[in-house]
Amino acid sequence: MWDYTKLVVLGVIAVFAAIATNYAWDLAYQVNALVVMLAAALTFLWTLRTMGEPKRATPNEYLDGVVRAGVIATTFWGVVGFLVGVWIAFQLAFPALNFEWSQGILNFGRLRPLHTSAVIFAFGGNALIMSSFYIVQRTSAARLWGGNLAWFVFWGWQLMIVLAATSYVLGGTQSKEYAETVWYIDWWIVVVWLSFLAVFMGTLINRKEPHIYVANWFLLAFIVTIAMLHVGNNLAIPVSIFSSQSVQVTAGVQDAMIQWWYGHNAVGFFLTAGFLGMMYYFIPKQAERPVFSYKLSIIHFWALIFLYIWAGPHHLHYTALPDWASTLGMTFSIMLWMPSWGGMINGLMTLSGAWDKLRTDPIIRMMVVSVGFYGMSTFEGPMMSIKAVNSLSHYTDWTIGHVHSGALGWNGMITFGALYFLTPRLWNREGLYSLKLVSWHFWLATIGIVLYASSMWVTGIMEGLMWREVDANGFLVNAFADTVAAKFPMYVVRGLGGGMFLIGALIMAYNLWMTVRAQPAKAPVNANNFVPAE
Amino acid sequence: METYSFLREFADSWALLALTLIFIGVVIWAFRPGSRPVHDEAAMQIFRNETKPAGEAGRGVDRAPASSQKEA
Repeated sequence: MWDYTKLVVLGVIAVFAAIATNYAWDLAYQVNALVVMLAAALTFLWTLRTMGEPKRATPNEYLDGVVRAGVIATTFWGVVGFLVGVWIAFQLAFPALNFEWSQGILNFGRLRPLHTSAVIFAFGGNALIMSSFYIVQRTSAARLWGGNLAWFVFWGWQLMIVLAATSYVLGGTQSKEYAETVWYIDWWIVVVWLSFLAVFMGTLINRKEPHIYVANWFLLAFIVTIAMLHVGNNLAIPVSIFSSQSVQVTAGVQDAMIQWWYGHNAVGFFLTAGFLGMMYYFIPKQAERPVFSYKLSIIHFWALIFLYIWAGPHHLHYTALPDWASTLGMTFSIMLWMPSWGGMINGLMTLSGAWDKLRTDPIIRMMVVSVGFYGMSTFEGPMMSIKAVNSLSHYTDWTIGHVHSGALGWNGMITFGALYFLTPRLWNREGLYSLKLVSWHFWLATIGIVLYASSMWVTGIMEGLMWREVDANGFLVNAFADTVAAKFPMYVVRGLGGGMFLIGALIMAYNLWMTVRAQPAKAPVNANNFVPAE
Repeated sequence: METYSFLREFADSWALLALTLIFIGVVIWAFRPGSRPVHDEAAMQIFRNETKPAGEAGRGVDRAPASSQKEA
């Protein structure tokens, strides 16, 4: 019966998408409708072909297939996102790379949201979904709740990524940074995200362990808060059901404040709380020691939750935003220093008594450097939120450098660590194909980030100083184009740093591939390649 | 505008006080006497149930009973 319902729903979606393709007002919508039609048709066929197959009830096994798929998707989207990033970095250094024939599709303005969404939501999002599914099962000692709902979350998220990517390059955007996706993709994200929440909560409720491990607190906070932020920031009324355009419910400074309430908490709960959940699981596991202080992790969690949500206004210093709101944002950003560093200390000190592992285990090294970058960027961020500093740093490349030391250093490195941790376990292999390649990846990525961050500090501060430089008569000394010309060498260095980071990721992809392909399986393995019974 | 002023004043008085008190309560709760064994036990949770879910009876094979862990 359930299969028939699915067929009916998928059929209706496919037919409606076909009609929508015909009546589309704009190209982005038309292409998206085609993609939806294809996705619905393929799922329809797959459902039809697998109908009536006996369902295997396997409550005594973890649902790891979806985590394996997550490992593949994370690696793939990571490489794609980094590649686009390197490309647009060189487009900024060499504007000729915005080819005439590709104007309006592959120029910097169209590729930039593609890059940010690919690394944050495709690479980071898949990493978070995959880790959540892995961690919540192990720490709850229960199989994922909801049967194939976890698979729906996985494929739904991939569909979202494809829709967003095709929409961006064809001009579909609602002009909100990190929330560019147009209204119907926003609705789809709500559906997928609430399913994600249901799977996660259902598994927690089914848990066999009395206590909910702290990593799950961070992951749950991430899921719940992102749901709230996403809905709040995307309240919009579509112009037509056949158009990708919509009108925001709020306007002016209210809309700007809601955007940065979303934007900063997307950093706080997507890129921080979610990844802290990964830190609290993967670092103790890889170090084979429990977390340094469980009490500190509890305080870390609550302090982060109570403080982060107020920090958004620091994105709007010296704007139409009321002064009190901007001061509030600054104050809370500075207070955030403490939980951030508490968390960093907790992660680093987990290695106390096992520091020798840093010499022998490149995966632990990666995770430790990741936490180090977390500490560095959570020091830099509060500093940049101070109004006096912000008046120099805002709208300059310093901001971009700050974001990348956090995203490449903290999010990227902990995800690489997690991928190296998970792959041998999920495919039941003795170990990684090559630790030497992990070391290569580690050094390429680290040096790449250092090049990136330092070149952006130099160019950002230089640019800020050049903008405010006045002569004896009070006239501005530099034209905007002067700053652009002065930034050229640093832009090349930044591109090279990004290139090194990308090469590191390619080495990782090869290493993971060879781990699955060439490493001998752990004996004994059953027919389904599931983990052996103890 | 009335709603705005009301919410604004409520937010920086009673709401602020309540949230601060809740946070202090959480800190005190984390450090309450006798919480150490509970937290030590929770921190070790990640080293159990690595390969398969715990069964209904006895909470899985690769998990030692809680009582014996407290003694350790």
